[in-house]
Amino acid sequence: MTITRRQMLGATAGAAVTLAFLPRLALAAAQSTDEAIMAFTKGATPTEGTVSLDTPEIAENGNTVPVGVSVDSPMTADNYVESVLILADGNPNPAVATFHFTALSGVAEAKTRIRLAKTQNVIAVARMNDGSVFIDRKEVKVTIGGCGG
Amino acid sequence: MFSRREFLMAATATSALLGSGMAGSWSRLMAQQSLTEDQLLAMDPKGKLTLVHITDIHAQLKPLYFREPSINLGIGEVAGQPPHVTGADFLKLYNIAPGSPDAYALTSEDYVALARSYGRMGGLDRIATVIRRIRAERGDDNVLLLDGGDTWQGSFTSNATLGQDMVTVMNALKPDAMTGHWEFTYGTDRVKEIIDGLPFAFLGSNIYDAEWDEPAFEAWRMYERGGARVAVIGQAFPYTPIANPRWMIPDWSFGIKEEDIAAHVEEAIAEGADVVVLLSHNGFDVDRKLASRVDGIDVILTGHTHDALPEPVIVNNTLVIASGSNGKFLSRIDLDVQDGKVTSYAHRLIPIFSDVITPDAEMSALIDEVRAPYEADLQRVLGRTESLLYRRGNFNGTFDDLICQALLSERDAEIALSPGFRWGTTLLPGQDITFEDVHNACAMTYPAAYRTAMTGQMLKDILEDVGDNLFNPDPYYQQGGDMVRVGGMGYTIDPSKSIGERISAMTLLSTGEAIDPAREYIVAGWASVNEGTEGPPIAEVVEAHLSKNPVVVLPDNQSVKLAG
Repeated sequence: MTITRRQMLGATAGAAVTLAFLPRLALAAAQSTDEAIMAFTKGATPTEGTVSLDTPEIAENGNTVPVGVSVDSPMTADNYVESVLILADGNPNPAVATFHFTALSGVAEAKTRIRLAKTQNVIAVARMNDGSVFIDRKEVKVTIGGCGG
Repeated sequence: MFSRREFLMAATATSALLGSGMAGSWSRLMAQQSLTEDQLLAMDPKGKLTLVHITDIHAQLKPLYFREPSINLGIGEVAGQPPHVTGADFLKLYNIAPGSPDAYALTSEDYVALARSYGRMGGLDRIATVIRRIRAERGDDNVLLLDGGDTWQGSFTSNATLGQDMVTVMNALKPDAMTGHWEFTYGTDRVKEIIDGLPFAFLGSNIYDAEWDEPAFEAWRMYERGGARVAVIGQAFPYTPIANPRWMIPDWSFGIKEEDIAAHVEEAIAEGADVVVLLSHNGFDVDRKLASRVDGIDVILTGHTHDALPEPVIVNNTLVIASGSNGKFLSRIDLDVQDGKVTSYAHRLIPIFSDVITPDAEMSALIDEVRAPYEADLQRVLGRTESLLYRRGNFNGTFDDLICQALLSERDAEIALSPGFRWGTTLLPGQDITFEDVHNACAMTYPAAYRTAMTGQMLKDILEDVGDNLFNPDPYYQQGGDMVRVGGMGYTIDPSKSIGERISAMTLLSTGEAIDPAREYIVAGWASVNEGTEGPPIAEVVEAHLSKNPVVVLPDNQSVKLAG
């Protein structure tokens, strides 16, 4: 599995264009998340399920948050996961990484670490070889911390 | 300390006031106008297997006063559900007579009067007696003693010995397993050193190597007791590196990790477990949610949020047991196991009335021995209180008011912040405040009392952040402490709102002016999780304040207003 720099940059550039026409930054970020998803799914609306994210509910260190993703798939030549896009909807560039798979990957699982400056949703979108798309979304809280009993 | 005779007289007087018609399991005892050790321990046994649970002792070796909260709000689905029931509502829910021993032990109703009647609670020498008697009654091979953690921290002697006093005393009780939270604040090296020497298991299925994401602790262990195979899975406090300093344990990562618990349950059952127990420091609401989502756990022994419930809460066929804190209680759970399944249970939350339960002589001697090097210091009188000093409650505690006063005056600050810890003992009006009492409220390994400038906006962000740790409607986002205590500033809170919208009407009390988001304020506080925090230890700040103001009188704290 690899992360294509080119694909990430493509998604980011798309977001930047949108930004210029929107009056509010927050709205722009949300919009660019949706746009990045739509670009990845080629316009299809993803269904919940099949893909699942493993993230902490509250980040221990926002600078390096472990994110795992797995997709329920037989990973055979006829039925496999093509790609998984990871997004963080509060980041200036929401599309964080894309993992590509083939049937020879055996399982569709990946782990990485991402930086989250504030509380936000981490999103995983999986695209299968038949073009069907699935989504999972988890809120990761980034706290000031310090008062547990 | 009350003599036995005085105690009986007090109980008689209370009983006479109440008359007959009382319900609840202890009203019978009241009718007999006395409490005895036999009565506190009596229960109809079930099956062969017994679990004994104690948790959140917070290094309290000796009997003490500990007032339960009068405010403990539940948000969302758990509003009005135990443990978010206090005072008269609690008494009604569990059919407990006002003024009864049960009412004294479990609520804050009429606390001072009842404390004077019923005396101190807890003491590990009393607990030793109870455990010895349960083992004698049920048979050594049929009892599992499980410690939910927050055991090694919370007193001057535990701090001075880096937890060794508690380790020595707990080892003598012969637990079978424990998990942890504040234990980790002794730092990686000390924690490893202690665990290497423990004659029992320290379990933490949710602790991982921070770099390699590999299990860092033994996750679970199988025990043969009462003719059954009992799997005990350990769950340490999931937010230790967030609520406490991460720099002290940089190699360890925590989290709730319910998929891992589910995997361990499956492993345990595959290895022939008849009974699956989760020994947890998650906090009550987290464990209630976890029980609803993870199948196959027979019993969750929950800790961290310091709740004492006289009955289990049953969720998805799981018994969730809350055994209080500070050595005030111990839970006994009998399980009847037939054909690999728990078929019935019996439960008793045993209140440790220190004037009723005979101390175990060997344990008393051991406790005296570990305290001896510090005894003269511990007893040193620093002042006297005319007000009830306590800590528990969502928004205020009078002991924290005292700490905030000390921070404001000794550190010359406009605003004081004191963490919403749930440990710390209670003092009755008229009691001396000793060196030990101050440390019971302040003992920790990162005690520096900082003094810094914060903008009004930063203060709001802190209150919102802590408010969300306490009142997030999803328990998995709750960290289990109470609201940060504030001196010199008032505010209004609406717990039902979401983060960013709960806090309003922040006011500087000295001038009555609204807090300006852009202005900087001089703030003093303690227990920062940041490395390199500078300042004198908080206990010294309180001691210096008491030396100038030796008589403590605290008016009702009206500075936090509840909205919504």
